[in-house]
Amino acid sequence: MELNQYNLFFLFQETFALTKRLFIQLKRRPSTLLAGILQPIIWLFLFGALFSKAPNGFLPGVESYGNFLGAGLIVFTAFSGALNSGLPLMFDREFGFLNRLLVAPLASRLSIVLSSFFYITILSFVQSIVIMIVSFVLGYGWPNFYGLGIVFSTLILLVLFVTSISLSLAFILPGHIELIALIFVINLPLLFASTALAPISFMPNWLGWLASLNPLTFAIEPIRVAYNQTMNLELIALHAPYGDLTCKNCITILFSLTLFSLIIIRPLLNRKLS
Amino acid sequence: MNYIQVKNLSKSYSDVEALKSLSIEVDSGILFGILGPNGAGKSTLIKILATLVEPDSGEVYLNKIDLVKNPRKIRESIGYVAQDIALDKILTGRELLDFQSDLYHMKKKEKFTRIEALITQLEMNDWIDRKCGTYSGGMKRRIDLAAGLLHLPKVLILDEPTVGLDIESRNIIWQLLEDLKDDGMTIILSSHYLDEVDKLADRLVIIDNGKVIAQGTPSQLKKKIGGDRVTLKVREFSTNEESQKIREILSKIDGISQIIINKSQGYSVNFVADKEKDVLTKLKVELAFSKYEIFSLTQSQPSLDDVYLQATGKTLLDAEIYMSGKRDLKKESKQSMR
Repeated sequence: MELNQYNLFFLFQETFALTKRLFIQLKRRPSTLLAGILQPIIWLFLFGALFSKAPNGFLPGVESYGNFLGAGLIVFTAFSGALNSGLPLMFDREFGFLNRLLVAPLASRLSIVLSSFFYITILSFVQSIVIMIVSFVLGYGWPNFYGLGIVFSTLILLVLFVTSISLSLAFILPGHIELIALIFVINLPLLFASTALAPISFMPNWLGWLASLNPLTFAIEPIRVAYNQTMNLELIALHAPYGDLTCKNCITILFSLTLFSLIIIRPLLNRKLS
Repeated sequence: MNYIQVKNLSKSYSDVEALKSLSIEVDSGILFGILGPNGAGKSTLIKILATLVEPDSGEVYLNKIDLVKNPRKIRESIGYVAQDIALDKILTGRELLDFQSDLYHMKKKEKFTRIEALITQLEMNDWIDRKCGTYSGGMKRRIDLAAGLLHLPKVLILDEPTVGLDIESRNIIWQLLEDLKDDGMTIILSSHYLDEVDKLADRLVIIDNGKVIAQGTPSQLKKKIGGDRVTLKVREFSTNEESQKIREILSKIDGISQIIINKSQGYSVNFVADKEKDVLTKLKVELAFSKYEIFSLTQSQPSLDDVYLQATGKTLLDAEIYMSGKRDLKKESKQSMR
């Protein structure tokens, strides 16, 4: 397709329309948004309470478990939202609505992918901000301006990475039952096999290895560091079994994973959306 | 002028050959009917024309533009109304049309005017601002049709648009199609309703088992039958053996041709009677001689069903029943999913 100013305008117009549709659905069925906000807040309260009597300094570098948990919950919320991003597409496939998009002279069918990405990113930002505000109210701190930049950049990378995988699954799997089952299987194990709930030093060796290879960990640790008021990209963020990783290392790995996933899924999306 | 040219089109889904070297030509500004039983290959042909499915082989040109090589260009000039109505239940009808107009890159003022015009034309004023999930089948079809017409396509492709509709909705759609045709739009209409195609189509093709079995204008095709269609019954429910005997008797009468035993009508015997010869008098004599009484005898002008019957040896209804037993709709649905 020739990329001239008209096509760019058309791409914007169709991406906006597709994103708007997703937000209208959200507005009229807000339960997903509410559940996505409530769940991490409940976790924050419950887990915070669970370890409230833990001795001071039992976690390295943080005052309380709540300080530690916040980053994990922000990432987990964004991750869950992005993992579910394939569902609307799967329903569109199943109910034939996708055909309505495919017979339209879209400037680029990339708009279908972009709209899902924008939608989930904005949703994740809203949910994350609510979690951050609740964390702040509970006394778990607030990142500085530089830290906020790290939080949202990391979330964008994570959402792009997971959304691309979820959209691919929506095309590969035969139906929404299979997609939901897979999401169910992936979701919590990935959370527990990451540093969201406990640092690697608390884990047995095998789980420590798993956690230090888990993409969620590469998103959680920079955000955790972002809550440190002396935020610096060169700070050690992860003490992995294979060596220490700085905040910058974690973001670079996450960026590479995202790029890799986009390269991998491109032929599939091209074939399915051709 | 041939506006749409389909040459030697073939398409298979795993072990099923949906289209077998099918060729058709459609002139500009006409309503072209595609008639055939369910499973004949109509929807596959329609989906290829709508750029939703790529053919395995063959060529399709729309206004001399190669459909396989330039699908986006084709999409700009077609409107597609699918057999299964896919609406977003959460959106209102107006929001759906607004969404659709953005997908076709319409300007703000233009889309507002078009949406309002279609709301009036399709009598949707009373319910357009209700959510699509609350619509009846007829309302859904009308909004779907409006979505297909928003961008004023040069070609409108409709796949079984009146299946399961109430009479009011069907009449509105028929009238709209007539109006669009009068305005010069080329319309491709797939249907298994004989009366619909007979009433609306300027030309039609009859497809069976992925192949063209007849094409022409409805009157040309009916004329080819060459006489009146007669249905004879010697009792309300005959047996096959009895009907075979009747067939033998009839085959000896001069002026009777194309004798077919119609299982779906209780083994009635259908045939074409030459208008020039006094066939019915001879028939009564021969049956009486063989000690058969006439239970019922109906004579009618040939219909498109007779054309189908003549070409395939079965009625459309028979074909439907046969195909419904053969088809795995769940599998077909999965295969057609992108």
